Amino acid sequence: MTHQVNKHSPLRIFLVFSGIALQGFGGVMPFAYRGLVEQQRWLSAEEFAKYLAMAQILPGATICNIATMVGHRFAGWRGGLAAITGMIVPPFCVVIALAAIYQHYGDLPLFRQAVSGMSAVAAGLILATGLKMAITLFKKSGLRSPHGTVQLALLMLAFIGLGVLRWQLLLVFCVLVPLGVAASYLMGERHA
Amino acid sequence: MHEESAVLDLTLHIAMLAVMAVGGGVILIAPEVSQFVVGARHWLSNEQFSAAYAIAQAAPGPNLLFISFVGWLAAGWAGAICATLAVVVPSTVLTMVIVKARGEEEGRFSRALGEAFAPMSIGFLVATAWIFSQSSNTDWRAYALTLACAGIVLRSKLNPVMLIALGAAAGMLRLI
Repeated sequence: MTHQVNKHSPLRIFLVFSGIALQGFGGVMPFAYRGLVEQQRWLSAEEFAKYLAMAQILPGATICNIATMVGHRFAGWRGGLAAITGMIVPPFCVVIALAAIYQHYGDLPLFRQAVSGMSAVAAGLILATGLKMAITLFKKSGLRSPHGTVQLALLMLAFIGLGVLRWQLLLVFCVLVPLGVAASYLMGERHA
Repeated sequence: MHEESAVLDLTLHIAMLAVMAVGGGVILIAPEVSQFVVGARHWLSNEQFSAAYAIAQAAPGPNLLFISFVGWLAAGWAGAICATLAVVVPSTVLTMVIVKARGEEEGRFSRALGEAFAPMSIGFLVATAWIFSQSSNTDWRAYALTLACAGIVLRSKLNPVMLIALGAAAGMLRLI
């Protein structure tokens, strides 16, 4: 970072992120934006977008990587640790409470019926996330550009490998990453 | 199921999968986790896995917490805590190391990584939705609900938790 950043205490960081996580029913990202950009004003919208882009490249949950980076920015590694702890521990307790309830009552017919409905919705939510990301991606790169064509091919291959052929994720990953990175890297050269 | 070796097994397997979850989420390792805990080890039934996923989605917090739920069902507290750490620790350490080492500037190589990962993770996500609905949807009405929900989320700003509640209601009323 080139400019000076205000510091915050790890405790404050922990509290802000646990607040964001506990509000995040059905996905934390919108609440992270609201909390960090609009309410606390810790980040500008552009900074948030930059963190988001970086967090997506790194492995693991995007929202957790954002938390780590933002926490680190305001209080070094202690801040990163405080942010990730706030993001995980309080909702973890909620989820475990639900898991314990499920373990006791999960065999009741009414409960099982409810869960089958919830599962169908959950699959729809995953599909929607994928479609939303696809719309954003192809709006940016354009389906007909060489970039877009390569990306569409990668998308289809990833789907076929994992969903149709049912290959192991590791295998699909190891085949596609070198191909995809090489193609994007070389095309980046041509654009530059 | 409560033996230490089982917990260790689960932890290592999930940690290995979690570092591959690039480009948008831990959701996309769900089919693989299911294959391991349901298919290979029989720690959970298919129905339990779907329930863990659906309930964790409805709960607050990052989506990765379905792993905690799965860990709990497989091996209690030890399973829940170790499985969660297996997802969170590797990526947190890596993120911290990278931010410390090279600051926050985006280079050409990381841009290439991003451009390759974005479409791959979309393909993985759609495949995950596909595998997930095949294993838990029992008839055409469930598939219709899946598609309708995806459509609603794309078209409106309705909180997904509302949809999950509607799904639960539809299930209880035996509409599914």
